[in-house]
Amino acid sequence: MRKILIPLLLGLLVVTACGPRLPATLTVMTHDSFAVSEEVIRSFEEENNVKVTFLASGDTGTALNKAILSKDAPLADVFYGVDNTFLSRALDADLFEPYRSPLLKDIPAEFQLDPQFRALPVDYGDVCINYDKAYFAEHNLPVPQSLEDLTRPEYRGLLVVENPATSSPGLAFLLATIAHFGDPGYLDFWRALRENGVVVVNDWETAYYTNFSGSSGRGPQPMVVSYGSSPPAEVIFAEQPLEDAPTASLVGPGMCFRQIEFVGILKGTKNRDIARKFVDFMLSVRFQEDMPLQMFVFPVNPNAKLPEAFVRYAQIPEKPATLDPALIAANREKWIQAWMETVLR
Amino acid sequence: MLEIVHIRKTYEGQPLLEDVSFTVARGETVCLLGPSGSGKSTLLRIIAGLEEAERGQVFWEGEDITAVSPHRRRMGMVFQDYALFPHLNVAENVAFGLRMQGWSPQDQQTRVREVLELVRLTGFEARRVTDLSGGEQQRVALARALAPRPHVLMLDEPLGALDRALREELLEELRRILRASDVAAIYVTHDQEEAAAIADRILVLHRGRIVRDGTPFEVWNSPGSLWVAQFLGVGNILFGECHPGSGSSVLKTALGEFPLSCPHCHPKGTRVGAILRPSAAEEHPEGEIRARVTDILFQREHFRVSLENGLYVFLSRAPRVGETVSLRLKAPLECLGI
Amino acid sequence: MKDKRFFVAAALPLPRKTGFLLLLPAGLFLTIFYLYPLARILSSALDARLLLQQATWNTVGRTLGFTVYQAALSTFLTLAIGLPLSLLFARYEFRGKSLWRAMMTVPFMLPTVVVAAGFNAFLGERGWVNLTLMRLLDLQKAPIPFTGTLIAILVAHVFYNTILVVRILAHTLEHLDPRLEQAARVLGADDWQTFWQVTFPLLRPSLLAATSLVFLFDFTSFGVILLLGGPKFATLEVEIYVQGMHLLHLPLAALLSVVQLLCTAAQAWLYSRLLNRVITPFSPRPAAANIRPARRWREKLFLVGMLSLVVVLFLFPMVSVPVRSVVRMEAARGERGQVHYGLTADYYRELFVNRLSSLFYVPPLEAARNSLLYGLATVFLSLILGFPAATALARGNRWARGPDILFLLPLGTSAVTMGLGFLLAFRRAVTSPWLVPLAHTLIALPLVVRTLQPAIASIPPRLQEAAQVLGASPWRAWRTVEWPILRRAVLAAATFAFTVSLGEFGATLLLARPEYPTLPVAIYRFLSQPGGLNYGQAMAMTTILMAFTTGGILLIERLRSPAGGEF
Repeated sequence: MRKILIPLLLGLLVVTACGPRLPATLTVMTHDSFAVSEEVIRSFEEENNVKVTFLASGDTGTALNKAILSKDAPLADVFYGVDNTFLSRALDADLFEPYRSPLLKDIPAEFQLDPQFRALPVDYGDVCINYDKAYFAEHNLPVPQSLEDLTRPEYRGLLVVENPATSSPGLAFLLATIAHFGDPGYLDFWRALRENGVVVVNDWETAYYTNFSGSSGRGPQPMVVSYGSSPPAEVIFAEQPLEDAPTASLVGPGMCFRQIEFVGILKGTKNRDIARKFVDFMLSVRFQEDMPLQMFVFPVNPNAKLPEAFVRYAQIPEKPATLDPALIAANREKWIQAWMETVLR
Repeated sequence: MLEIVHIRKTYEGQPLLEDVSFTVARGETVCLLGPSGSGKSTLLRIIAGLEEAERGQVFWEGEDITAVSPHRRRMGMVFQDYALFPHLNVAENVAFGLRMQGWSPQDQQTRVREVLELVRLTGFEARRVTDLSGGEQQRVALARALAPRPHVLMLDEPLGALDRALREELLEELRRILRASDVAAIYVTHDQEEAAAIADRILVLHRGRIVRDGTPFEVWNSPGSLWVAQFLGVGNILFGECHPGSGSSVLKTALGEFPLSCPHCHPKGTRVGAILRPSAAEEHPEGEIRARVTDILFQREHFRVSLENGLYVFLSRAPRVGETVSLRLKAPLECLGI
Repeated sequence: MKDKRFFVAAALPLPRKTGFLLLLPAGLFLTIFYLYPLARILSSALDARLLLQQATWNTVGRTLGFTVYQAALSTFLTLAIGLPLSLLFARYEFRGKSLWRAMMTVPFMLPTVVVAAGFNAFLGERGWVNLTLMRLLDLQKAPIPFTGTLIAILVAHVFYNTILVVRILAHTLEHLDPRLEQAARVLGADDWQTFWQVTFPLLRPSLLAATSLVFLFDFTSFGVILLLGGPKFATLEVEIYVQGMHLLHLPLAALLSVVQLLCTAAQAWLYSRLLNRVITPFSPRPAAANIRPARRWREKLFLVGMLSLVVVLFLFPMVSVPVRSVVRMEAARGERGQVHYGLTADYYRELFVNRLSSLFYVPPLEAARNSLLYGLATVFLSLILGFPAATALARGNRWARGPDILFLLPLGTSAVTMGLGFLLAFRRAVTSPWLVPLAHTLIALPLVVRTLQPAIASIPPRLQEAAQVLGASPWRAWRTVEWPILRRAVLAAATFAFTVSLGEFGATLLLARPEYPTLPVAIYRFLSQPGGLNYGQAMAMTTILMAFTTGGILLIERLRSPAGGEF
């Protein structure tokens, strides 16, 4: 048995050590939520005679951590998926090499947060409160118009939010309140929210599918922190064709937080040319038009046409909240700690 | 007195015990003798309350204990492979039953010393039971069963796993111990010698029925049926036609005609079996049986001589193998009926 | 397994050298795939300056306290329920026994997201228990709080881990000499006394093994705490994830990992110390001798009671998943607000359609095949490494103590930490699909060793000597004497390895390439986007996973049933 085993183990090692490293391969490291149409990627592969491999690396934070840890010998050529809440961290870690894509000229300046062009914006999405339209109609309840409204007694126990320490939309919503109320004013708001019976869960899946009454889970809360793109998703993934979205977003001023996702070329890539082409491709209309239905995000390229469901059912807030990524990086831990002290303990 | 009344038990539709009744008096040792599968162990387990009979009752001193659960019956049981508790030492094993009956620690200690002395294991108190020899384990099992002074002691093939010399030694001791403890004992075995050595009374069990009940002497001397005679190995069994005569009957067999003593009356020509005891033949020049010797075995007080016609006899002299011997019967064959 | 010398050695106490050689493959495996990556990540992330900060110790103290507290409570409850259930499975014959057992094994490999959804459908604020009570008692609010309470954590832990107790204890109970208990009964012990004075002491080694494993699983609990416990509770494992992956505070995450590791090692050390004290040799008996139908009314009551408990605790939380996978409740949603229910096969049909022609679409059959292949590879690897190791540990003397602890450590190592360690240690190779079964083996190996070890130790050396004296060659002696005894244990070990792999323990551990998605990966993909269809498809995929695993377990049960030379 030993005689077989040792060569076997060695064999495995050799196999694992060799890995999939063919000459014309572009490797893209992303988070688990990344998605794209097969046909779109195939066309890029054909045009550039390259094979694109994706590495799904966990949620946003995990993927970023993995990229930072493997910085000295990068696993991929391109990293997609760092958002504005993590951006400073990625830039401080010196992950990316600068690339000023010619396509950037079309993209609105509000999305271009890195003046040195290391991280290039690809898409954005607004973290907003979704509400169950049927519930509000049935109970003759007016929809909250502002964050302050949420602390009013008629909305007692109707909102479920995610823990910012474990969830990306949770953090985004916390940042929205910080942008709106300032530090430490946001804590007073959360204290009031807590007294008004806000429900906190750890992850978006639980909040949306278990607690939210507007989803198929039919939970107890008619308001949930989710995305502005969730209502169109409800229509597209409806079991039977729907006339109207069953949910909608609250898009009052300062109620939503805008998440922008970036792509960057990892330092140390040996496929710089192809990597640049791929970044260009991600900013191009072809890819940008594919994104909404695959990932339920909005394209940053204004030339990309939105799918009909998005036009009809997604509300884009006029004044979404934003915060300087450097400020977020500096205060993230402090804000979250203070939030936990206020809301959980 | 223990009374077993009309016990019936089936296993997967097959009758295992059928209408079994017997009694055991205090101080009496009754041996349940039968081949494996005859239902002896099941009968023991029914008496102990470990299994339920479909019909019948068990009485102790006139009181019906059929529905009493095993731990309230005050019976002792020695299992075939002892079933000593491996996590307890010798003294703890022996004291187990005492502890269950709520004896005080001092009384327990005294009683444990007493029974260990009885089984000659004084000084073994702290030994681990897993380190003991088979014979020693057997004695611990016996001590454990006797310690709580059971009404009835049941022994299920207690010597089955031991070698012959040890078996004989322990058998003798068992007899001494059983006498000393004045308990009603039921001893289960498939070995006739063992049964004969220990029993006051033997019950032969065959296919779930008691087919013979008597002292070892009675059972041995008049097995009463063909099957019992065969099982006990009391001698050669011959089959033939019974021809009743005025004084004595005659059995016509393939080997010749032999005088037959028959307690029953069979019509002429009935085919019956009869015992030819090996000690009933002696060498005589004008014997009824002449046959060549095929094998000789020395058995201390005589030679066991096998003949080519299938019979065997005990002779005081050793003929040579191949020699032809002439034998005469000292007593008539004993008829066993049909 | 054809090296004869190995099996001769197996029967008798092993000389140190043979033991060393038997431990070598598993030791090598652990060194390369466990110790090395662990050392890499810890050495790069640990920061001594943290030790001087009071805040660090506050976090460590608070988290460790809660982790131990909930693990101790959960373990106690799991044992309290697992022990009588083991008696049930070991002692009584009843209808559909293997189906019952399979049902209790299914939780072990269900993704926590699905389990959380199942429990919520059953006991949650809008679960049917609360809804029924609200209707019956005319209440406005749900009377039973569940989600976000300690109770939810405990119940979910019992749900996941009871099968560990049942598998380990029932095996010992089945092979216990029934005469020992009968002897006690005849000596005047009632049922209760017989159990506590005789059965329980003999069960102690197995009980200890089960306790140790269950405690470890509870101690390192992640998904249950995160999803059912909610934000108020954090175990070390959860805190490591939060600190490392969301607050990007790797040094603290590494420190917490070390704390968790030290606790695991201490626990394993305690286990092997205690085990030596309670172990009692006894000859195993054929299982059939102990098993019979319930006859007395008390036995029947016990049987019915325990099976009802199984239904409530194991079936009810799970049943909502398959039910939901064929029930539509969206038809008239939207402004009208009334929910209409209806049966549908849409979710299953939709599984086979790549609606958005996504590159990451997972065909269900392919996912099932991948899961199966990974599972089989894990079974193969963990048995081939675990069997010689278990033999060495079972027959070894003092020198086996150290490796014994080493084998348990991977269970107590944070998946997050290991994932990063793999990355540092294997660089680009970490994207290889080969690494998946290797990582699963890391978790399966301790279970396999723990299952095999007591079985091997319980074979009296005399048995094999007897067979050899009777003229059996060493190989035949092993084949005819030891194998029939070990068969069950090997199959139990294989079941564990398979379920560990299927459940994707530490799915976050590795970098995944989209080429080889498994069933749990597919389920997570559906749940990560809104929409009734996605939810339904997740339920359908989970139902497939459940059916798949139940089938697998039943197949294994069939293998261990009496037909083929059952011991």
